Amino acid sequence: MSSNHSGVVAHQFDDAVQQRETANLGMWAFLITEVMMFGGLFASYGYYRWKFHDAFVEGSNHLDYLLGATNTGVLICSSFTMALAVQAAQAGKRKSTIVFLLLTMVLGLAFLGIKAVEYTEKYEHHLIPGHGFQVASAHPNLVELFFAFYFTMTGLHALHMIIGLVVLSILVSMAWRNRFSTDYYSPVENAGIYWHFVDIVWIFLFPFLYLIGRS
Amino acid sequence: MSNGGSTSQHNGAGENYLTAGYGLKSWLLTTDHKRIAILYLITISIFFALGGLFAVLIRLELLTPAGDLFSSDTYNKLFTMHGLVMIFFFLIPSIPAVVLLGGVDTGWTFYAPYSEAYSNTAVGLTAIGVFITGFSSILTGLNFIVTIHKMRAPGLTWFRLPLFVWAHYATSLIMLLGTPVVAISILLVFLERVFGIGIFDPALGGDPVLFQHLFWFYSHPAVYIMILPSMGVISEIITCFSRKRIFGYSFIAFSSLAIAILGFLVWGHHMFVSSQSIYAGMVFSILTMMVAIPSAVKVFNWTATMYKGTIIYQTPMLYVFGFLGLFTVGGLTGLFLGTLGLDVHVHDTYFVVAHFHYIMVGGAIMGYLGGLHYWWPKITGRMYSEAWAKLSAVIIFIGFNLTFFPQFLVGYLGMPRRYHVYPPEFQIYHVLSTAGASVLAVGYLFPLVYLLWSLAYGEKAGPNPWQAKGLEWTIPSPPPTYNFDVTPVVTEEAYDYESMPREAQFVIEP
Amino acid sequence: MLKDIPFLPQAASAMAGRVDLLYLFLIAVSVFFFVLVATLVFIFAIRYRKREGGADPTPIHGSLGLELLWTIIPFCLSMVMFGWGAVLYFNMFSPPEDAQNIYVVGKQWMWKIQHPEGNREIDELHVPLGASVRLIMTSEDVIHSFYVPAFRMKMDVVPGRYTSTWFKATKIGKYHLFCAEYCGTKHSEMVGSVYVMDPVEYEDWLNRSTTATKSMAEVGGELFTQLGCQTCHFEQSGGRGPSLHNLYDTPVRLMSGETVKADDGYLRQAILDPAGQVVEGYLPIMPTYKTQVDEEDVLKLIAYIKSLALPQKMSAHPAEENQ
Repeated sequence: MSSNHSGVVAHQFDDAVQQRETANLGMWAFLITEVMMFGGLFASYGYYRWKFHDAFVEGSNHLDYLLGATNTGVLICSSFTMALAVQAAQAGKRKSTIVFLLLTMVLGLAFLGIKAVEYTEKYEHHLIPGHGFQVASAHPNLVELFFAFYFTMTGLHALHMIIGLVVLSILVSMAWRNRFSTDYYSPVENAGIYWHFVDIVWIFLFPFLYLIGRS
Repeated sequence: MSNGGSTSQHNGAGENYLTAGYGLKSWLLTTDHKRIAILYLITISIFFALGGLFAVLIRLELLTPAGDLFSSDTYNKLFTMHGLVMIFFFLIPSIPAVVLLGGVDTGWTFYAPYSEAYSNTAVGLTAIGVFITGFSSILTGLNFIVTIHKMRAPGLTWFRLPLFVWAHYATSLIMLLGTPVVAISILLVFLERVFGIGIFDPALGGDPVLFQHLFWFYSHPAVYIMILPSMGVISEIITCFSRKRIFGYSFIAFSSLAIAILGFLVWGHHMFVSSQSIYAGMVFSILTMMVAIPSAVKVFNWTATMYKGTIIYQTPMLYVFGFLGLFTVGGLTGLFLGTLGLDVHVHDTYFVVAHFHYIMVGGAIMGYLGGLHYWWPKITGRMYSEAWAKLSAVIIFIGFNLTFFPQFLVGYLGMPRRYHVYPPEFQIYHVLSTAGASVLAVGYLFPLVYLLWSLAYGEKAGPNPWQAKGLEWTIPSPPPTYNFDVTPVVTEEAYDYESMPREAQFVIEP
Repeated sequence: MLKDIPFLPQAASAMAGRVDLLYLFLIAVSVFFFVLVATLVFIFAIRYRKREGGADPTPIHGSLGLELLWTIIPFCLSMVMFGWGAVLYFNMFSPPEDAQNIYVVGKQWMWKIQHPEGNREIDELHVPLGASVRLIMTSEDVIHSFYVPAFRMKMDVVPGRYTSTWFKATKIGKYHLFCAEYCGTKHSEMVGSVYVMDPVEYEDWLNRSTTATKSMAEVGGELFTQLGCQTCHFEQSGGRGPSLHNLYDTPVRLMSGETVKADDGYLRQAILDPAGQVVEGYLPIMPTYKTQVDEEDVLKLIAYIKSLALPQKMSAHPAEENQ
């Protein structure tokens, strides 16, 4: 390792390689817990969708699939720019790292913006579960159940996006201060893995909530 | 708490981790795993005392069939807090104290819809507490797994790892896979309470049985989180005090993993009478029988380890004897509960209460106390009084059996759990149980006294009072902050006691 | 004195003896293994204790043969336990054809029981000796569990659905009834008594009771008219809703294309959430009756609908018919 960056290897590690592998494994293990958490939600959702099929299809039809599809596109693009950022960091290119990280953040914010538009629409149509919920349906309770899942699942996903954005902004500031090098880029790499994961969760959310059984 | 450290300065052995700093900040913000462990030890000991206090109050109430000591509400809060504190703050230890602020009465299982719509207590606050606890246990598991995979000393191959480490590896897998699921279910309950939506409430279309599925998916494996580390401790101690390598190393190591994995497939055995399909019940029953096998394999291997060894009756070994007896009873009675036709009768009775106390108190706490006595000289650099320690081990064993064995019998007679008042014909067993609890409480007080005493007045332990194998025994007690001056290289299998010189075996006086 | 301390609970159902036998078998297996482990630990601890002149510890890595032995034997034994337990479990939840129904509604903190003959009781259940009784249960609030130790019988009582179990009482007497699922403040006071009576006395009790001037089906029929159900559900088809005559226990084709059996659970759902499972050929116009009827009323309405079935297939007094 170059003496310039010897400070980045924490005392409990022998060298930079061990440190990076350790950090990577930690991120993957963390993502497994995330899979289990979203898995619990998806399983419950799937169970109710099977049990109350008609009501859930009705709920799906209240969603704006165009906005959902746009958001899917936005997220896939953001994953691409994130991958470029990781590559730039590996190659030690400070400037392009910063540029691609910023681009990813812009796309992430765009996603959240579109999501906010969708949420507002739902609010205006009284589709937020709770006391103000109103829907013209034969089984309003079950449609409300659908929306409870819609908001819990997309809300939890959005929370992950927000956390991702915070992490990215920290990375930008680190890159700005020239903290990364060809020896030390695992924060960018791990943030990338996280970002792709959040992306993949959406890839599952979109068809499950918006598309299946849609008329 | 740093008394032991401060006196050790006199021996001129240089700084150790206890003397590296004295300020409150140097403890609370430490990154030294040994200091963190001390913080854990103190915290969980306080919680254990608190949980124990609740238990004593519960036992006092049950001394008579009428509910004359507390109101029903108080009683319900007591057993809920006893369960929550012991499980989430002692057995799956961690930090926050939210539960204690408001009081909850849902039972530690939070069954919906009671927890959602009918309980007026601080369920929301508790849910947040459990959520934070869950996060801390995920991070702990993550830390262990990554460390075990990537940060072993050179030469320390997977099959040279101490079995304690294998046990922690299995435990961490469970924490990693299970905790998120319970976190999400508790989050859903929380959302339901706050927004009044019906994910589990049948009045609004939800399904309360789904909550049970999600809850037990975590909480059954969580039982193994509690017992597996203790099993690891037992493996360490039994080899040391038999002066002999462990019997069937790889079988013990893999049985831990088998328990962790099978543990995820048996949650439905908590729900044999909850209206799930009887065929689902059969699948869960047969899988439950499977979990019993690796546990049995462990017990037989431990027993066989003693064969042709040199058995030394030090305190930690007494706890091993206790563990073997109590865990065997706990495990065997688990079969009663996994057997479908029988479980219908004993489900949610005191039989269940007795069973899991045999596993968690008899198993997990025996392991905890055994480990505490085994590593105490390493942690503090001091020896405790062997005579007092042995006496209290015996008292705890007797008190424990007197407390919980009668509960098997009264459970089969039909005494339901979580009952504040009960029919008079059950009283005789409750009286026995309460008597046992008082003996047990005294037994638990002893170590508190003589261990603290040893901090100031105990003999100096030296680096390896038990002539034990394992890297931690090659460095001074208490260890310096950075543990090893030079990264050690491991060249032999774990527990190679037989190759030690014969004189070394006789350093320890029983 | 020891004689006075009970070890097994009273056995008052056909199932009780069979469960006890399984229990004793498991105790025997457990005692065997416990004694085995305890004896070995004890012998090793004495025989190989540290002493002057004792032999050096012998290095033994393990033994594949032994590992297999103590894997396979417990496995086989546990499969015996599983099989035995599964057979019992299956029987416990398969009521015989001729079982008579009794309806249970759990509520914080009481048990409300209705007999088809119209008798109603709270925290008490009277049953005839030797007859198979099937309990159909639901809850108005949280999960409860209906537990009669003397019958070795327990079943959760879950809001929003019917659960059922059955028993055949074999001994006259009074037995405990407990709620076994924690249900709030007075959980431990949600208890009652089960009275097993001589069939003749039971008949007498049914007639003597002041709560029963009309059978459940009759009360259900009155409720049916009161709620105006007959304005849509005619005796013949042609109403806005399907005819309910001869409906019970027959297959129904739904709008969604599925076919379901018109059992208790389906009928309950159809009254409380009619839009959920609309019958093919009808419009989803029926409103929910959730706010107008409680669980006990629903049970009465179902009893009435049952009584509209073919007389040879169903009757308000199925028990009498089979005697």
